[in-house]
Amino acid sequence: MRKHLLRGGSLLAALLLWQLLTSLHVNFWLHFDRLPTVVDVARDFGYQLQTSLYYRDLADSLARILIGFALAAFAGVAIGVAVGRSALTGDLVSPPLEVLRPIPAIAMVPIAILLFPSNEQGIVFITFLAAFFPILVSTRHAVTALPVVWEEAVRTMGGSGRRVLWSVVLPGALPGVFSGLSVGMGVAWICVISAEMISGQYGVGYRTWQAYTVVDYPGVIVGMLTIGLLGFGSAAAVELVGRRVTRWLPREAEVAR
Amino acid sequence: MMLIEDLSVGYRETPVLRGIDLKIEAGEILVLVGGSGCGKSTVLRTLAGLHRPSGGTISLDGQPIARTSAERALVFQEDGLLPWRSVRRNVELPLAIRGVSKSSRRSQALSWIERVGLGGYADHLPRELSGGMRQRVQLARTLASGPRVILADEPFGALDAQTRRAMQLLLVDVWSQQPTTIVFVTHDVDEAVFLGDRVAVLGGKPTGIRSIVDVPFPRGDGDNSAARAEILAALGSTQ
Repeated sequence: MRKHLLRGGSLLAALLLWQLLTSLHVNFWLHFDRLPTVVDVARDFGYQLQTSLYYRDLADSLARILIGFALAAFAGVAIGVAVGRSALTGDLVSPPLEVLRPIPAIAMVPIAILLFPSNEQGIVFITFLAAFFPILVSTRHAVTALPVVWEEAVRTMGGSGRRVLWSVVLPGALPGVFSGLSVGMGVAWICVISAEMISGQYGVGYRTWQAYTVVDYPGVIVGMLTIGLLGFGSAAAVELVGRRVTRWLPREAEVAR
Repeated sequence: MMLIEDLSVGYRETPVLRGIDLKIEAGEILVLVGGSGCGKSTVLRTLAGLHRPSGGTISLDGQPIARTSAERALVFQEDGLLPWRSVRRNVELPLAIRGVSKSSRRSQALSWIERVGLGGYADHLPRELSGGMRQRVQLARTLASGPRVILADEPFGALDAQTRRAMQLLLVDVWSQQPTTIVFVTHDVDEAVFLGDRVAVLGGKPTGIRSIVDVPFPRGDGDNSAARAEILAALGSTQ
């Protein structure tokens, strides 16, 4: 109870500080006088929540990230398992991926714009790419780190390779897969917002940058808060599902984030 | 009957054991003993089909052994259970692999779980059980798969003395009702003498089998001390 009071107080104090710095137009090396006050932002947020444009942006960003992330989860897990299980597949598939991996997905924006017929697909592609590599790497690692005894147990029960894949490899790799999904979701948000700022039409990132260019500073902050909430919500969703499906793990070894 | 002829096993090109000839009768419990690192587990894994022999042949009832099969089930020392599956679903796994229908595998699994004394634990996860209970589950899982040969790799090696004794009695109890061929690896001479019809002492470069000792009163109350002494002597000479 005391802890909650302290934490709530800390948050309130920060808001109060922001309100004071901005409403008193403090200009002491940092230009607080240019920023909107808490009250301005709250008023604008309240207003935007009643416009359909806000929800349109929200829906567009969510659609982009969900499609990109779902494709990345599927491809990352499939390729991660294939590469982790077979050295031959690893030699055939890994080299080009390893060359691409260190390049931040956002640096691919020009290529995405050139490559795809519309910006929309380009943004989804960037999101996909951002989430794909952490998922691939975590999955591959989880698969190669699996204790062999589980596979041997299933084989000596007469289980086929497919049975080993479905009954041992995939469930056994799930904790690792989910730590990849968690990281992937975080990076995917960074990239979808950046890509929207550069080349989007609609979307929270696009709207935030748009607000900046038309000198609507409360709008910028509303955009930032919206992005924060979406990121928090999606990370929590991945975490929740991850905990559900890996309930068998020893408690001290919680899924690494 | 399992026939092992001139078997050599080892990793890569260096055989750990060679020239192993063994005839294992159906329904017999044969125990393999030997010092740690002598290759007894490797022999067992080879019989299971997990390991390719470097030489020689193995056959089960005339059929050569080439790969893993449900007719040769392996019991592991520990952690052989799938930790994300409940006790019941672990025991159901070999039945599912055999294609047994869902309702039938449920009832069969439950009856095996009951049989090894774990009634009421069917929905527990392996991590919620003690080491001894987990080995009971492995035993239930192995029996559920209905193998012709059970290959046991120090299955009670990680248990305390009291639990180990209880598990030995359980194994004998289950086996006496349904005599399956068992090849049992251990480094515990008392366990070997208690369980085995015969005890093969492995090790000692460059040969494979040092000695095969018949236990006069297997799993009985008679005096097996001579057999025990003979095994110890054979073990001692391999050092």
